Amino acid sequence: MNESLARKFRADFPVLSLVKEGKSLVYLDNAATTQKPRVVADRLYRFYTEEYGTIHRGVYFLSQQATQFYDESRAIVSRFLNAAKLEEIVLTRGTTESINLVASGVSKLWLSVGDEVLITAMEHHANIVPWQQACLASGATLKVVPITLTGELDMDAFRRLLTTKTKFVSVVHVSNALGTVNPIADIVQMAHGVGAKVLVDGAQAVSHMPVDVQALGCDFYAFSSHKLFGPTGAGVLYGRYSLLEQLPPYQTGGDMIETVTFESTTFAKPPARFEAGTPAIAEVIGLGAAINYVNSVGFEFIAQHEADLLQCATEQISRLNGIRLIGTAQNKASVLSFVLDGIHPHDVGTVLDECGVAIRAGHHCAQPIMAFFGVPATNRASFSFYNVSDDVDRLVDAVKYCQQVMG
Amino acid sequence: MSARLEQLYQETILDHNRNPRFFGEPAACTHKAHGKNPLCGDDYWVYLDVRDGVIEGVQFNGSGCAISKSSASMMSEAIKGKRLEDVIAKKDAFLTLLTQDEPVSDSEKSLLGKLIVFEGVKKYPVRVKCAALSWRALEAALLGDEAQAISTE
Ligand SMILES: Cc1ncc(COP(=O)(O)O)c(C=O)c1O
Repeated sequence: MNESLARKFRADFPVLSLVKEGKSLVYLDNAATTQKPRVVADRLYRFYTEEYGTIHRGVYFLSQQATQFYDESRAIVSRFLNAAKLEEIVLTRGTTESINLVASGVSKLWLSVGDEVLITAMEHHANIVPWQQACLASGATLKVVPITLTGELDMDAFRRLLTTKTKFVSVVHVSNALGTVNPIADIVQMAHGVGAKVLVDGAQAVSHMPVDVQALGCDFYAFSSHKLFGPTGAGVLYGRYSLLEQLPPYQTGGDMIETVTFESTTFAKPPARFEAGTPAIAEVIGLGAAINYVNSVGFEFIAQHEADLLQCATEQISRLNGIRLIGTAQNKASVLSFVLDGIHPHDVGTVLDECGVAIRAGHHCAQPIMAFFGVPATNRASFSFYNVSDDVDRLVDAVKYCQQVMG
Repeated sequence: MSARLEQLYQETILDHNRNPRFFGEPAACTHKAHGKNPLCGDDYWVYLDVRDGVIEGVQFNGSGCAISKSSASMMSEAIKGKRLEDVIAKKDAFLTLLTQDEPVSDSEKSLLGKLIVFEGVKKYPVRVKCAALSWRALEAALLGDEAQAISTE
């Protein structure tokens, strides 16, 4: 394990040196949200204290400069995802808004009675409920690809469920509850084979692996800034330009129009069409800083170090008695979900917190997955590149201690 | 174990978690209610058999964390055979114990009896709803709100 490099990057994150009641913080809830490097916090501070102004409106210097910074972030995101052009990047409030934007447009544009939308049994609620609503509104039917006991997509079932009735496929890139990495390029190819369009929920993927939307071939790709070391309140929707051009606006108001009279309004071209109102200017600028930071760390190190951490944690946790791993896919991101015999995850979370170890205990906004594995909730430790082998040891010790206290 | 954690997971609480009393579903009851805590998945039914203003029978069923389960178990023990007025007074004292900053009064203390072990939950604000869940369900059952699942979110 390349501990020294991980320690060097760890020092970029001020919160990670927090000490509470004599214990240093072990932060293992990275799948919920990631911590922020100093460069991101500094970027927000500088913008608010030295550069603040609105975008797209003022003729004065501050506004023009803010507009330039905002547009730079769009360019950074565009390169990060390898989009074919800048205008394919819509800046939103987060993954949830990105998916809702697409689902609401798709339901008006491409869905009607007899059509089907295909999702999977490992989706986050954010990629289930908008499609349920889209189907309710349009009369289309929602179909769900099942998962296997290891937490992988049942690809035979996917092939069976994918028919000419399927108009849209929406699938998670990396499962937040199980860590499974899905074969997106294959899924896209098959879906396009029947003429269906594909949205990929990349909320959990972008912090772990390089994403190239052109190589994946997907039509839409969504993620949140706050899970990529950036500020809350900002997010991204990549959309193939020819499709964005067809989609109706999601919200209406200022900034998304060409001309307005009381009789009618003409809408701006994408991406402005989907960016109504004053956006999260500072947060979007902060996202740009976060992506620059991630690029400086590099996915080569991130992927290798996280794989090492996952392997080390999986080995050590599996050795304990009375433990069951939930999600054992071949291809996994650094997410370790587990349950302890006779000990409810909520109690595990409390005892671990007492040991200074922050994990997530709950259903991870994926209740259908919990139902499938027959558990009310799981304990989830999720690692980032700034975690070190000490964090794994502290996790394992805390779990042992919990078994001792509660047993 | 830290003192704070010891206060939370007292031996009585762990014992009721391991061996819950009054656990199961009765063949018949006069009142029942469903209590859920969606955030962490605590999920219980509380069943009451109320005759002439007295709780003649009580049972609970479901699953959840140690705090919610032991609380339901100890609640059942505390209300079995008691008059409704006394049960309501106990419930109010219990919810005060969980939420009020100042220590409970002597009269509340005597009403609570063994239930005082839940005082340590106060230091864990996110766990208060776990301890309160079965009592909220009891309240709903007595009001006849069985159809509407109550939630401590
Ligand atoms: C897989 C997945 N999809 C969607 C979301 C929703 O993201 P956000 O709450 O940032 O909109 C999350 C976040 O928990 C997630 O893990």
